Amino acid sequence: MVRFFESIGRVVLRVFEQFGRFFQMLGLTAAWTVRPPYDVPELMRQMVRVGFDSIPVVVVTTLFTGMVLALQTFNGFARFHAENLVGSVVALSLTRELAPVLVALMVTGRVGSAMAAELGSMRVTEQIDALTSLGTEPVQYLIVPRVVAAIAMMPLLVVLGDAVGMYGGYLVAVQLLGANPVSYVDNSFQFLHVKEDVVSGLIKAAAFGLIFSLIACVRGYDTTGGAEGVGRSTTRAVVSGSLTVLVADFFLTKLLY
Amino acid sequence: MTAEPLPAADSASKLEAHDLHKSFGPKVVLDGVSFSVASGESLVIVGPSGTGKSVLLKHLIGLIPPDSGQVFVDGQDFWSLDSLAQRDVRKKFGMSFQEGALFDSMSVFDNVAFPLRRSGRRPAEVRDRVKECLDIVRLAGVEEKRPSELSGGMRRRVGFARAIAHEPEILLFDEPNTGLDPILTDVIDEVIMEIRERLSATIVTITHHMPSARKIGDRVALLFGGKILYEASPEEFLRSTDPAVKQFVEGKAQGPLTVEGQTAGRQRAEEGA
Repeated sequence: MVRFFESIGRVVLRVFEQFGRFFQMLGLTAAWTVRPPYDVPELMRQMVRVGFDSIPVVVVTTLFTGMVLALQTFNGFARFHAENLVGSVVALSLTRELAPVLVALMVTGRVGSAMAAELGSMRVTEQIDALTSLGTEPVQYLIVPRVVAAIAMMPLLVVLGDAVGMYGGYLVAVQLLGANPVSYVDNSFQFLHVKEDVVSGLIKAAAFGLIFSLIACVRGYDTTGGAEGVGRSTTRAVVSGSLTVLVADFFLTKLLY
Repeated sequence: MTAEPLPAADSASKLEAHDLHKSFGPKVVLDGVSFSVASGESLVIVGPSGTGKSVLLKHLIGLIPPDSGQVFVDGQDFWSLDSLAQRDVRKKFGMSFQEGALFDSMSVFDNVAFPLRRSGRRPAEVRDRVKECLDIVRLAGVEEKRPSELSGGMRRRVGFARAIAHEPEILLFDEPNTGLDPILTDVIDEVIMEIRERLSATIVTITHHMPSARKIGDRVALLFGGKILYEASPEEFLRSTDPAVKQFVEGKAQGPLTVEGQTAGRQRAEEGA
């Protein structure tokens, strides 16, 4: 029984420890973001890796999400003759919720894992120590460009995801289920408020970008224990990154609406 | 003579460690290490593997904070400075890491150029200085290669070139010739001697290779059980009748330097703490 409570205590302590570490690194990263020198080429490289290179993943994810959303709602709504609302449901679900969250989860898997693995192997091969020894702050050189790139690129990926997902919904509704294209499009935009729905989705996206990239970077940065440690950090970056995105999604949604 | 704790901030010393303590969990690694290095002097710290030599070196350049004790660089207490001032103090240092620690996403040229570019030197200047540094470590024509394409000895020499590129005043070498063949070991020693001559830098080297220690050191110190046990000129060190030093120099399994001895030192430290 004592052991049971001990293990609960340990888990709780670890969660708080990770929480503290996250905010400590958030403060450090923010401080080093505003201090010169600004490494613009490195930021551009990271933006390409986070943004441009993620386009295929985002397109496939949101296209099929939009399609299945249209399919499911059409079948469900047909039971109470509300097929004409499918466009609205697809548009609202995507912009407010599904595009930001799904894009964040996919990018966490794709980019977050890479960030953790890269920083982790730099840590275990003493490259991070070497950076410090050469008078370069590793937080500024390694973490700042990655986090800033993720914050900047996530909303753009979600805009793309919104558009592709809505197009997927349109394809299914019009081509497969025979909805009227004009009224479907009308209905899609009829209840969609740019500020309330789209912009709040983009704010969430930027927050998710901060969360997953910082968690991945800190996991990589704090790696210990050789190649095995790098593997562990990478797994943890994806798991805790994804979970934190999902938890934060609820609280952000509560705050924003 | 054995090491006595030194008074804080000896004004003549370039680099000074004062009563450094460090533990990782229950494991006491440094248990009151004190020494000082004069400007232009070359100190070699020897000791069996696993006695925390690398940890000590990382304390000197501020990569690991001590649990207690101070590190003085030019009389400045490193850990009392803010992070920006610490970064400036670190620029006085050049450090070569055990396996080179080269940035594997960059070419050899970009590696050596890294500290120069970060300090805003002009491209032509950077090119000349990189070439000069690679000449000093006797590597030419590898500029465009990736670190993964180099042998261990070459990687380490590129690491040297990168460490000296910004003309540091203090150089730290972490096991520069561990795992290299005897000839390459000697080449590395000669490279260190040449670097020393050209830069007239203060040097701290860590090794467990006695011939190298003799060749590159003005002074040799034996680190064991978290303390500097003995410290003398290379000749004195080799002639010493101190049982621990003798055991290390002669490479014997029996003697005061045992795994048990290290453990005892740790336990004593724990009781003291």
